[in-house]
Amino acid sequence: METIFHDAVHVLLALGLPPLLLGLIAKTKALFAGRVGPSVLQPYYDLIKLVQKGSVFSTTTTWVFRAGPVVALVTAGIAVLLIPLADATAPLSFTGDFVLLAYLLGLGRFFTASAALDTGSPFEGMGAAREVTFACLAEPAFFLGMLVLAKLSGSLQLADMLGSSLASHWSADGESLVLVLLSWFIILLAENSRIPFDDPNTHLELTMIHEVMVLDHSGPAYGMILYGAALKLFVFGALVVRLAFPMTGGSPWLDWPIFVGGMLVVAVAIGVVESIMARLRLTHVPILLVAACLLSGFGIILLVR
Amino acid sequence: MSESLVLLGIIIAASSGVPGLLLRRTSMSGQWVTTFLAVLGAALGLGGVVWFWATGESHPIVLQWSLPGAEFSVAIDGLSAIFLVPVFLISLLGNIYGLGYWKQTEHPQNGRKLRLFYGTMTAGMALLVIAQNSILFLFGWEIMALSAFFLVTTEDNEKEVRETGWIYLVATHVATLCLFALFAVLHAANGSFTLGPLNPETLRPGAATAIFVLALVGFGIKAGIMPLHVWLPSAHAMAPSHVSAMMSGVLIKMGIYGLVRITSFLPHPPREWGILLLGLGVASGVLGVAFAIGQHDLKRLLAYHSIENIGIIVMGLGLALIGRSLDRADWIILGLGGALLHIWNHALFKALLFLSAGSVIHAAHTREIDRLGGLAKVMPRTSLCFLVGAVAICGLPPLNGFVSEFLIYLGLFGTLMNGERRSFAGSSFAAPALALIGALAVACFVKVYGAVFLGTARSEHARHAHESPPSMLGPMGVLVACCFLIGLAPLLIAPILQEGVSAWAPNLKDAGPRLATLAPLEWITSMGLLLNLAVLLGGVVLWMRLGRGVVEEGVTWGCGYVAPTPRMQYTSSSFAQMLVGMFGWVLRPRTHQPKDLPLFPPETYFHSEVPDVVLDVVVLPTFRFGAWLFSWGRVFQHGNIQTYLLYIFLALIALLLWR
Repeated sequence: METIFHDAVHVLLALGLPPLLLGLIAKTKALFAGRVGPSVLQPYYDLIKLVQKGSVFSTTTTWVFRAGPVVALVTAGIAVLLIPLADATAPLSFTGDFVLLAYLLGLGRFFTASAALDTGSPFEGMGAAREVTFACLAEPAFFLGMLVLAKLSGSLQLADMLGSSLASHWSADGESLVLVLLSWFIILLAENSRIPFDDPNTHLELTMIHEVMVLDHSGPAYGMILYGAALKLFVFGALVVRLAFPMTGGSPWLDWPIFVGGMLVVAVAIGVVESIMARLRLTHVPILLVAACLLSGFGIILLVR
Repeated sequence: MSESLVLLGIIIAASSGVPGLLLRRTSMSGQWVTTFLAVLGAALGLGGVVWFWATGESHPIVLQWSLPGAEFSVAIDGLSAIFLVPVFLISLLGNIYGLGYWKQTEHPQNGRKLRLFYGTMTAGMALLVIAQNSILFLFGWEIMALSAFFLVTTEDNEKEVRETGWIYLVATHVATLCLFALFAVLHAANGSFTLGPLNPETLRPGAATAIFVLALVGFGIKAGIMPLHVWLPSAHAMAPSHVSAMMSGVLIKMGIYGLVRITSFLPHPPREWGILLLGLGVASGVLGVAFAIGQHDLKRLLAYHSIENIGIIVMGLGLALIGRSLDRADWIILGLGGALLHIWNHALFKALLFLSAGSVIHAAHTREIDRLGGLAKVMPRTSLCFLVGAVAICGLPPLNGFVSEFLIYLGLFGTLMNGERRSFAGSSFAAPALALIGALAVACFVKVYGAVFLGTARSEHARHAHESPPSMLGPMGVLVACCFLIGLAPLLIAPILQEGVSAWAPNLKDAGPRLATLAPLEWITSMGLLLNLAVLLGGVVLWMRLGRGVVEEGVTWGCGYVAPTPRMQYTSSSFAQMLVGMFGWVLRPRTHQPKDLPLFPPETYFHSEVPDVVLDVVVLPTFRFGAWLFSWGRVFQHGNIQTYLLYIFLALIALLLWR
């Protein structure tokens, strides 16, 4: 009975909350800039509007262009079901589930980038090239962080690796966990195309990464991409929240609000970072990503020395 | 029974090309006869393997042989069964593919030669895999290696092909030389040429090290482990595509077979050997895919991916060897199980990719990635097959590549876990390297798939390409089905892998953990099905939504520019530019770019290429130095027979005096 309750809350939160995070980031940035800004619910309105719109497809495209948004949404949708949210096992949980998590997102990336190349546009090709290049450096950082969690928990299942036992490790091996937390926060920004890696609100296509990749998508397909991106943000946000606030209140009525509060804090933190930093030069992006790898790498070396 | 079936298959496969030699070179009849025989032989061989798995019985066949030390002795065990499957399966599919790809009527001058050696190469590989005697092994090895030389040089009227053939021939003979030394040391240690485990009491440590190093170099050259891979990229690129499929999918695995077999003989391998293999695997994997990203030639690019995948296999083997040194059964099963499964997987998806690439070359007459484009519209089936192969080789779910990489990941992460014995956490650092390899492979295959099949055609040839005939698409379809089958139902393969692992580590035969309990294979099945269903559902939802809304067509959005041309597309070289730059310290790309352009620039060009560093910087200069060194010997050797008689006379006099 309790698992059914947990799974139900998990699915509802994981599917319902993500657009709110985008809204909260935008609101934070607006407040920093001294504007009122759109409502935090604006992403929901956008999604509803896009689903009702018509579409324009380029004559050069094939079915791959239409498959891109579907695969990106579906892979992110399955990925959110693999992450333990509050102090509870995720609906889908097994040994080595984190490998599937990383590779699901890889599958989504493969199809999003292929869809971009299907348009034959130089801008979208540029975006796709940047997306897959930066992912090459983000992926090892993710796995190095997972090494730390596997070593601490003695398990290869996300439910244990990010479970409440992590709270006790914070006192004993806090320095490793801090390093991983920093590294994963950088990865969160990179994988979700936030400042300082990519500016989702810039006006110049030449400097974009993710936005330029989906320039040609319109209507419901674009809605799927937007929602898929929100889900992906939720995945990485949840990883960071579970790592930073692994404590349990002892009752699900306390654990779930702690988790949701953590997610909102992460969204605000992203908004703050976006407000106080400028976008990096593209040539400097790999350096920051390598630094993220090294942070996690030092984390695991501290543990196995 | 299983051995007899396999032997019969070998004999039929070896002779499959012979009747064709007697038939007219301008008619298809010879090719039909050859294909029929080759398919029959391969089917018999596969039948023998299935019989072995079904009954679990092995009845070695031993025949007398007049050669000293040699014995015609063959037997099948769990390991050889695993290696026999790709040999016969890819050979079968390749022969059928050849009916459309390399028609005798279109290639009257070399079609018969190609099919003759295709058969002998298959037979040689099958023979060496089941050989129980090292001299018989060497016979199979050389039949395979020499047949491959004739296959690589199928189009020997082209200079580039002949040069490639020479490099291959030199490399394969260096490998054979190491094997001669290896089997001599084995003979000294074991007292016979029979292949079998070494006796730990009589084995000197120096001999064990010599055996390991010789096997690593000799078999490593054939497998294409970085930096012994110099022959591989060009050979795969120059050969006809169904030959490349056989070489990349199967032939280089014979090197892995040798390594696996020889390491199984060594009683107590020191931990350093496993670490060495793991390190070589990581280097091959990362550098293989990095070189691949820089290539402009479709088949050369795929060839570098073979080096990458060999790296992944060697990582698994290294992990298993470390597990053997530290007595950790779970590392052995996950490492070797993953490596053996990856051998199958790579044979399947790489053969699929090479056959699809052959289909592209057949239709568009070029291997240059930047001259292709937009083929998904004119060749929808080929493009779908290539897509499946690309997703599989990147190790992405729900296809087969994911399963084997998943097993290796579990094994590598497992090295962090403390057992009763001392653990060895250092090897876990190979896991992020495997993640890097996977992400780089995604980058590379997005580039290839996008540049070749998506967008619009970049040349007239690509614009007028056509879909391939069913005889070529059929074999590709079978490979696609195999990729899905292993990806969705890995539990079916688990007993076969277990059998292979037990042949390598006999103490795990009846005791110890099982693969199916160490890895959640049933979860892979359910997650794969869920993924497929969800994508299908998402596609239907989008399709229905589009059906009810307004859908228009227009030109691609070019930020206001309304007349995009094919030349404005992002090319594969531009796509790869950032990554090539990141790995520039090892790839050493060569570029030609216009410098100091005047105010009104004249016509100019940009050119970039990534040559093979090891071949250009290490191997060729070494050989040139050797040639210079030995040129001093020409003082004594200049082809004058009278002088040679004088040498002999003087030598005899010297011998008489010395006596």
